[in-house]
Amino acid sequence: MEKWHLMTIVVLIGLTVRWTVSLNSYSGAGKPPMFGDYEAQRHWQEITFNLPVKQWYFNSSDNNLQYWGLDYPPLTAYHSLLCAYVAKFINPDWIELHSSRGYESQAHKLFMRTTVFIADLLIYIPAVVLYCCCLKEISTKKKIANALCILLYPGLILIDYGHFQYNSVSLGFALWGVLGVSCDWDLLGSLAFCLAINYKQMELYHSLPFFCFLLGKCFKKGLKGKGFVLLIKLACTVVASFILCWLPFFTEREQTLQVLRRLFPVDRGLFEDKVANIWCSFSVFLKIKDILPHHIQIIISFCFTFLSLLPACIKLTLQPSPKGFRFTLVSCALSFFLFSFQVHEKSILLVSLPVCLVLSEIPFMSTWFLLVSTFSMLPLLLKDELLMPSVVTTMAFFIACAISFSIFEKTSEEELHLKSFSISLRKYLPCFKFLPRIIQYLFLISVITMVLLTLITVTLEPPQKLPDLFSVLICFVSCLNFLFFLVYFNIIIMWDFKNGRNQKKIN
Amino acid sequence: MAAPGVAAGGGNWFSALALGVTLLKCLLIPTYHSTDFEVHRNWLAITHSLPISQWYYEATSEWTLDYPPFFAWFEYALSHVAKYFDQEMLNIHNLNYSSSRTLLFQRFSVIFTDAVFVYAVHECCKCIDGKKAGKELTEKPKFILSVLLLWNFGLLIVDHIHFQYNGFLFGLMLLSIARLFQKRHMEGALLFAVLLHFKHIYLYVAPAYGIYLLRSYCFTANKPDGSIRWNSFSFIRLISLGLIVFLVSALSLGPFLALNQLPQVLSRLFPFKRGLCHAYWAPNFWALYNALDKVLSVIGLELKLLDPNKIPKASMTSGLVQQFQHTVLPSVTPLATLICTLMAILPSVFCLWFKPQGPRGFLRCLILCALSSFLFGWHVHEKAILLAVLPMSLLSVGKAGDASIFLILTTTGHYSLFPLLFTAPEKKRLFLIGWKLSTFSAWHLWKSSVNLYSLSLPGS
Repeated sequence: MEKWHLMTIVVLIGLTVRWTVSLNSYSGAGKPPMFGDYEAQRHWQEITFNLPVKQWYFNSSDNNLQYWGLDYPPLTAYHSLLCAYVAKFINPDWIELHSSRGYESQAHKLFMRTTVFIADLLIYIPAVVLYCCCLKEISTKKKIANALCILLYPGLILIDYGHFQYNSVSLGFALWGVLGVSCDWDLLGSLAFCLAINYKQMELYHSLPFFCFLLGKCFKKGLKGKGFVLLIKLACTVVASFILCWLPFFTEREQTLQVLRRLFPVDRGLFEDKVANIWCSFSVFLKIKDILPHHIQIIISFCFTFLSLLPACIKLTLQPSPKGFRFTLVSCALSFFLFSFQVHEKSILLVSLPVCLVLSEIPFMSTWFLLVSTFSMLPLLLKDELLMPSVVTTMAFFIACAISFSIFEKTSEEELHLKSFSISLRKYLPCFKFLPRIIQYLFLISVITMVLLTLITVTLEPPQKLPDLFSVLICFVSCLNFLFFLVYFNIIIMWDFKNGRNQKKIN
Repeated sequence: MAAPGVAAGGGNWFSALALGVTLLKCLLIPTYHSTDFEVHRNWLAITHSLPISQWYYEATSEWTLDYPPFFAWFEYALSHVAKYFDQEMLNIHNLNYSSSRTLLFQRFSVIFTDAVFVYAVHECCKCIDGKKAGKELTEKPKFILSVLLLWNFGLLIVDHIHFQYNGFLFGLMLLSIARLFQKRHMEGALLFAVLLHFKHIYLYVAPAYGIYLLRSYCFTANKPDGSIRWNSFSFIRLISLGLIVFLVSALSLGPFLALNQLPQVLSRLFPFKRGLCHAYWAPNFWALYNALDKVLSVIGLELKLLDPNKIPKASMTSGLVQQFQHTVLPSVTPLATLICTLMAILPSVFCLWFKPQGPRGFLRCLILCALSSFLFGWHVHEKAILLAVLPMSLLSVGKAGDASIFLILTTTGHYSLFPLLFTAPEKKRLFLIGWKLSTFSAWHLWKSSVNLYSLSLPGS
């Protein structure tokens, strides 16, 4: 690519923004006794370094699972162990068993931030750059602009470098998976995706589209010949990668079961805290958690999730295409986010990544979605005192997208991929020509509401009787937006591709 | 919906650049700040709480007022906004007071006053000839200049991390240069006179202004061969220039003259007791001189040529601000540095007088004056390198030769600012990224400008 120096500048800008955000506070800073996610990560380094593998996921006198017990798959544990070795080299006090609880210092903060930075640099950022370079049918300048916008997405930066997490590792692996599978390197792609699942179990939100896409490819190649071979190879890759990651835990049945219990805490209930999904928003009107028994809640959530994602997945299996794959990733992850069990607000990042991937195809809607996704995490960000970085990065992202893609000029029916849908709709309602207008007005309303809610939350105190009023309002508004997007993305998948193929035949 | 679309279109890259760098400055708010932060807080307190007669006498804090009166008035104006943020910062006894609101106010005041710098860059872009540009936005000289100036990394570090108000001051200087390019000489002179009374460090480049205005403005025409035509001397122009300088100085120093405080003000402005080198070494000639002296004294001690008892115990290399004597080489006095500086600027000033080349020649002379003063001046701060780097950006988009010199100057200049970030490695890493960014962009821009101007060479 001839403009590699511009791409490097874009990457450097992304890195600079990440570093400046990392200078702010982190989750649980100075808040004993539990602190926050930052302390959780430090604690995992302590546990994995000082205890044998067999004890990592078990409750013991040395490992109190109530105090930030490990609840991610083994790859996170191995990563923590690696960081712990480095920590031991620099300052053993940071990971001393028991005595390092709640350890906070400037040097330690620098170390932890650096681990996030290096993981990001090695895994996520190369994936983004490569993805943008492999985009088809757009100019080099647009590819670079695309990379800039993806790298400036505020949600991931604020959570990883502010709140403190390692989402860039799992999202990066998932992105490598998407790249591999889209470019017909199916085995490498599935290996990368297995690594992603083994890093954070939430990546299972993306697993169905991967499965359907690969299955569809196998069907296309013919189940009696090459397709079958591919299927077997894929199965072997997946099984091998899982065995490799879980090797120390497969020795005993009890180990495996305990890890699974930690990863999927079905006892914990439909939702925790405030999250912008259906169940939390619905509980404003009707307290489902209290009314329905536990196992009914699980069944209902399961049904809703699968019913909402089934159409898209079936379509993907029957007509596998990289474009369909990306959109199905979006709709699937969004279905899981809205209807699934024990969803955290940070899980919106799992939807944001696929939306970043379709940024070049539907810039207007994608930018809108990504703004809402950052807004939905506002209560969390305010708790971590990240107001200034949030506002600044959101503005930077919005300006970058607005200028790179001229989003306000791309709101015609065709550009929103709604042409086929509105043609079908006009069969029943002949004068319905206002779809783009409606969508533009909705965007305006959405943005105004978000800005107002942000201002209110920051400046005013909630009334005494309803201390969570603002968080609930934010979740509710975000949920409504997300529902709209769910409908929109499903419409695109079901209508556009069907007629897109017909049009190709006509041409 | 279309209106923001048009605004966001290709024509407004300048606003995008300015907005982008402003957002970056907002992100830099929580970074490390140096003692200069306390200096400015103290000055806010002094100008707000005390009457004018006390401003240059006040010494509760060690950071006494040592900028000319216009800057003091500037701080006074700021203090009236400051009281809405945090009243406590305006108390002169609150030494080292830095609440979060104080920090927010101070940082925002720098970001806000940078609007002058943005305007100045906009005016400078108008002075650049963009006709030879290619179609690519990133190859247009105006775009390159805007990036080099707006995103100047040295300025970002010094102003928004270390903490100073240079953006606003350099804005005034660039604006005066732009006015001279646009042949609005009186405005240029006025702006420079005002600038001098904001920060007297700009005296370094005053010879360039003086000679240029005298030669190219007071003498209205030249002989065909370019030499001076004595009978075209315009007395009126000279008088008007003199009047401008006189009025500005009267406005600035008048109140203190009336209070008989002029010697005190001057002693605060020119603290010669502070020593040859500033706390953190400015990489100038005297730094090398000191190093040589140290090396020679060590060698002398080893070879038993010097008596250890006669050598003063303190050293120049300890990084403190004091007066010292040299051990082997002759000691340097302020007069000596002045003579060296004058000798260094003499060739360029001569050229400006005898062979004027219009505003471009003036700009070259200005840069050479700045560099000479940086190399040979008394008590030079390393931040003074920006005085040479920023005007050089204007020249660098003109010729390929200037662009390559600029690349070397800007890289080494920014590298020399490294010790200003004296704190955790965290900040150093930020610097490294940003330095890579600036070097990279400078390299890229140089490459494109070289390509650009090779196209305009005859025969290619």
